[in-house]
Amino acid sequence: MSRYSPHPGLKADSPPQGEGETTERLVSAFVELHDVTHVYARAEDGLPAVQNLNLKVNEGEFAAIVGPSGCGKSTLMKLATGLQFPREGTVIVDGKQVGAPVKLAGMAFQNPTMLPWRTTLDNILLPLEIVEPHRSRLRRHKAEYVAKAESLLAQVGLKGQGDKFPWQLSGGMQQRASLCRALIHEPKLLMLDEPFGALDSFTREELWCVMRDLHAAQKVTIILVTHDLREAAFLSDRIFCMSARPGRIVAEREVEFPRPRDLELTYTPEFSNLVHELRGRIAQARQAA
Amino acid sequence: MKTKNQLALAPWVFTLGFFALWEILCHVLKISSFILPAPSTILWAVWEYRTQLAYHAMHTLWMTLAGFGLAVGFGLLLGMVLGSSRLINAGTYPLLVGFNSIPKVAVVPILVFWFGVGWVPPVMTAFLISFFPIVVNVATGIATVEPEMEDVLRALGASKRDIVFKVGVPRAMPYFFGSLKVAITLAYVGSVIGEQNASNVGIGNLLTRASAAFEVPLVWAALVVLAVLGVIMYAITAYAERSMTGWAQRSQMAA
Repeated sequence: MSRYSPHPGLKADSPPQGEGETTERLVSAFVELHDVTHVYARAEDGLPAVQNLNLKVNEGEFAAIVGPSGCGKSTLMKLATGLQFPREGTVIVDGKQVGAPVKLAGMAFQNPTMLPWRTTLDNILLPLEIVEPHRSRLRRHKAEYVAKAESLLAQVGLKGQGDKFPWQLSGGMQQRASLCRALIHEPKLLMLDEPFGALDSFTREELWCVMRDLHAAQKVTIILVTHDLREAAFLSDRIFCMSARPGRIVAEREVEFPRPRDLELTYTPEFSNLVHELRGRIAQARQAA
Repeated sequence: MKTKNQLALAPWVFTLGFFALWEILCHVLKISSFILPAPSTILWAVWEYRTQLAYHAMHTLWMTLAGFGLAVGFGLLLGMVLGSSRLINAGTYPLLVGFNSIPKVAVVPILVFWFGVGWVPPVMTAFLISFFPIVVNVATGIATVEPEMEDVLRALGASKRDIVFKVGVPRAMPYFFGSLKVAITLAYVGSVIGEQNASNVGIGNLLTRASAAFEVPLVWAALVVLAVLGVIMYAITAYAERSMTGWAQRSQMAA
């Protein structure tokens, strides 16, 4: 497929931001899974969830993982964050082999999992009560952290909503708050497991843009697990296609659309071609099963 | 608005109606006060024996609250342990269920062997009978923390203890307060049983003595006092539940 060349009409409405970021990013593997096989202790059939999985995500990169359902995408997330350890193979994050939960990760899921007894702001501050050095500083420097949480809320379009309880917010708003919670401790790695899966398509596209801007602002490495091929193509720098269970990476595809990307991009033929190609790979992976 | 007023009035209307019907039936059917005294007779007995009843009721109240307090403390602790460890939970469950199935009246004699007649057996009976629902509820609340929430915190390096205290315990609070309403009534049963068998004071003891002397109106009066105390304590725990866990009661069903 030919490299995407920016449409002259698109550039005008794109948000103003530094250009050529993709090429200037440091190219060193930040998350590396090497020949990983994992079998859950509770799996009744003893079948591996993932097998001989190889994957490399560079620092600061936005990677997406797509695949048929049940292909072990969530397992991959757990392996990369050290919530599970592989039966075989090695997982390396930030230059170190993972032997315990990595402590530098933020996570967000399809279900926002806000704690209903805390206000939205207190929910967002929750990771700081766990992670050092914030944990011991939180009480004395509360104001500083609250200000930070409020600026994050403003970035995701929830300015001034921190005092509300999460159940007073809509699903989309809760998901925005959940993103803030995943980012408050400035993680070096952000893991997103179908974070927009339960939202209507307009809210979803809004949140894509929120996510795009957060990534541009924070320089965090992001791994997004999704079913939505358009979502993967719009947001990521690199897409991995997984096969059906036991999951393996069957294809890796760099996405070369220049950043900052505008939503209009998703209606260009180049974009459609990419999505179509990805769709073909997933279909193949499904048939192979 | 009309239905709201009706809802507020309904408990009063039904309660008063119940006693009025009782009163009328007693008079119309000429039921002997030995079998079933009329509410007016009982009320009169309550007034007549008021100092005695108040003294014994205060004692029972003390026994109940002491036993209940122990049950709350012990129940919370054990519930937290069982909720956070599947191993301990699986291991101790048969023991707990077995212990809970023993009728606590049967335990009172043992308590008397150990502690003699006095305030200890009623407190212990109240405690033993009421801690179980608290343990089970707190353990359930903690054990059912959403796996995603656990992942979010573990990926940050949270310890088991962090997860239990930041998420498990607050999450278990609605279950805990729900169980308190059951536990307080059970503690009542326990302390009265204890007093009947192993105490010289308290409503339970008063009941035993009054029935031995065939003082029927006094027996009924003691029952009424027990019922009133029970309602008051239930109301207090229900109020505590509402004020502590308002976040959990936002469903239309609870309104």
